[in-house]
Amino acid sequence: MKKTLFDKVWDAHVVKEIQNGPQILYIDKHLIHEVTSPQAFGELEQRGIPVFRPDQIVATADHNTPTENQHLPVKDALSRNQLEQLTKNCQKNGITLYELGHKYNGIVHVMAPELGITQPGMTMVCGDSHTSTHGAFGTIAFGIGTSQVAQVFASQCLLLQKPKSLRVTVNGKLKAGVLPKDVILYVIAKLGTNAGTGYFCEYAGNVFEEMSMEGRMTVCNMSIEMGARGGMIAPDETTFEYVKGRKFAPKGKEFEEKVAYWKTLPTDDGATFDKEYHFDAEDIEPMITYGTNPGMGIKITENIPTDNNASFEKSLAYMNFEKGQSLIDQKINYVFIGSCTNSRIEDFRVAADYIKGKKKATNVTAWFVPGSQQVAQQIVKEGLKEVFEEAGFQLRQPGCSACLAMNDDKIPEGEYCVSTSNRNFEGRQGQGSRTILASPLVAAATAIEGKIIDITKQLN
Amino acid sequence: MDKFIKLRSSAIPLSIENVDTDQIIPARFLKATSRDGFGENLFRDWRYHKDGTPNTEFVMNNNSYSGSILVAGDNFGCGSSREHAAWAIHDYGFKVVVSSFFADIFKGNSLNNGVLPVQVTPAFLEELFTEIKKDANTPIEVDLEAQKITIIANGSSSDFEINPYKKTCMINGYDDIDFLMSNTAVIEEFEKERV
Repeated sequence: MKKTLFDKVWDAHVVKEIQNGPQILYIDKHLIHEVTSPQAFGELEQRGIPVFRPDQIVATADHNTPTENQHLPVKDALSRNQLEQLTKNCQKNGITLYELGHKYNGIVHVMAPELGITQPGMTMVCGDSHTSTHGAFGTIAFGIGTSQVAQVFASQCLLLQKPKSLRVTVNGKLKAGVLPKDVILYVIAKLGTNAGTGYFCEYAGNVFEEMSMEGRMTVCNMSIEMGARGGMIAPDETTFEYVKGRKFAPKGKEFEEKVAYWKTLPTDDGATFDKEYHFDAEDIEPMITYGTNPGMGIKITENIPTDNNASFEKSLAYMNFEKGQSLIDQKINYVFIGSCTNSRIEDFRVAADYIKGKKKATNVTAWFVPGSQQVAQQIVKEGLKEVFEEAGFQLRQPGCSACLAMNDDKIPEGEYCVSTSNRNFEGRQGQGSRTILASPLVAAATAIEGKIIDITKQLN
Repeated sequence: MDKFIKLRSSAIPLSIENVDTDQIIPARFLKATSRDGFGENLFRDWRYHKDGTPNTEFVMNNNSYSGSILVAGDNFGCGSSREHAAWAIHDYGFKVVVSSFFADIFKGNSLNNGVLPVQVTPAFLEELFTEIKKDANTPIEVDLEAQKITIIANGSSSDFEINPYKKTCMINGYDDIDFLMSNTAVIEEFEKERV
C-alpha cells in the first residue's frame, strides 16, 4: 500500500491497537517547560508513579522568563516559584534541564532542533501547541495537554486516534521579499483557522523543498493556527545537512544508517490524502493580519474585507479597524521580533539586512528577542548586534517574551504591535493589546518607519 | 476524574465564534503550579474590566443565566494547548460545553478532565441559542449513554459523537494513565524490538 510520510512515521510507533478505540503511540522525545509540567509532576507524585524514561525527556525554561537581567533572581514571585519547581522536578527525576542562563537555554522549539534533539522519523510531544514546529524535520510532533504530559511521564506513550491526512502543495517561484512566514499566513488566510482540525498536514511542492530548515520550522510552527495538530515536510538533503554534527545528532556510521532510513520516509508516489489544497507561489505577497485570529490575514497591499458577521465585526472593533480600510501608513508604536515562529538566526539576518544603515523610528519601542542562547551568540558573531545597536535597537535575552506576555514584555492597552509571533488573539500580548502578525522583514520595516509601509514598492 | 452519565441543566449562551484559549484563561494566570482555582479567572478579560469591576454586558455576569452547560459558538477552544482552559471551565462548574466545532487539543483536554464536549450541527446550535434566549431557564438534557442532547421544552434533540473508549472513561471516571500503565509490558517489548 502507498503510504504518506505521516503514515510511515506513525505506523512505526504504534505499540498496540485497542479494538474500537485509540492506539498506543510510542513517543521518542518529550520536551517540557515550566508552565505546563508542574501539575503533571504533581499528579505522578500523588499517585506514586515514577517517570518511566527520564532519558527521553529534555527540559528548558522559556515561557515565564525575563528577557533582561537573567543573571539576577527572577523578580516575579509566582514566576520564580514556577521556575524553581521545574528545577526541583528535573533534579528529582533525573531529567536534563537547560535552565535560565545555560548556554543551551532557549525557546523549546528553537533549542531542541539546534541541539539535534529533533530528528526525522521521530515522534515528539510537548505541552505546547507550537510543537508542530519540529515537523519541519519529517517528525510527528504535536502539542499536548498536561494530563497527557503526565501520561508520557508514566509510560512514554499516548492513547490517540490516528488523525486524517491533509496536504498543502505550493509550487512556483516566490516573489522577492516573500518569506516563509508570508507563505504560511497566506495559507491560513485562504483555509481558515479550523480547516486542519482533526488532520495532520504535509507541506509539499518546490516552495518548501527550496526552503531552509529555519523557514520550514516557521511554516510547520503555524500548522496549529489552521487547526492541524501538526505539520510535516519530507526530510531531504537540507534536513540531513542541518542535523549532521549537532550535539545530540547520531554520529559516524550511525548517522549514515539513519540517513538511509530517513530517505525512505517521504510520501510514496500515488499515496492519497483525505484532503488536498494547491496554491501558486506567484500569488503570495508579504502578508499582515488585521483581526484577532491568524486566519484574518491579507496581502499588505490589500484592504480589510467587508464581511457582515458578528464575530468578524467584534474582531474589527477590538482592533479599532474599519471594513475596507488599508493598513498602509497605520502608525505603529511597538514591534516584536521573536517567538518560536521567527526568532532563529535567519530571521535576524533578514531584519539586519533591512535595518543596516537606517535608524529606528522615534515613536517605536522594539523588542528583538533571540530564540535561544545559541542564536544570541550567532547574532553577535555575525556582527548583527552592531547593526541593530547602530540603528537604535537593543537585543534582549532569549525566551517566549511578548508572544504570550507571561513575563514583563507586555504591549500596553490599545497599542498596536507588529509582531513576528503566531497569534493575534485579543490580549495575547498584554491586556487590551492589538497584534498584527507579519514576517521579520515587514516587522523590521515597521520599526524603521514607525508605520506600516508597502514593502513591495521597495522590493520591485 | 469525575464520572459523567447524564445531566439536566439550564445553560449559559456564549454566542461568539473562535473562542480561543487565551480568552478562556489568559496567559498571565498560568503561573500556578496546581490545578485549582482557575475558575475565578475563566474568561477573565471578558468578565471583568481592567479595573476589576464586572463587565455587565458579558453573558456570565447576567444573572438570568446559570447552569452547568456552556453553549458556545463555532471553533471553541482554538489556540494553545494549555489544559488550564479545561481546568478553568471545570473549576467554574461547567460539566458540558456545546459547540458546532471544537479545536482538537481542547477537546482532548476536556475529556481528560471530566468535561464533556458535545458537538452538534450549526442548525441545532442556533436552535439552542434561540431557545435559551426565549427562556433563560430552559432545561437541556445531555445523556452520554444515549449520546443525545435534548431541549426539554420543545423535545428537539440531536445525537452526538464520542469515541467509544473515551465514553467508557467518562462514564466510569477512568483516566488514560491507568490504562497506559497496565500496558507497560507491551511498551517495554516494543522498545526492545526497535533497537
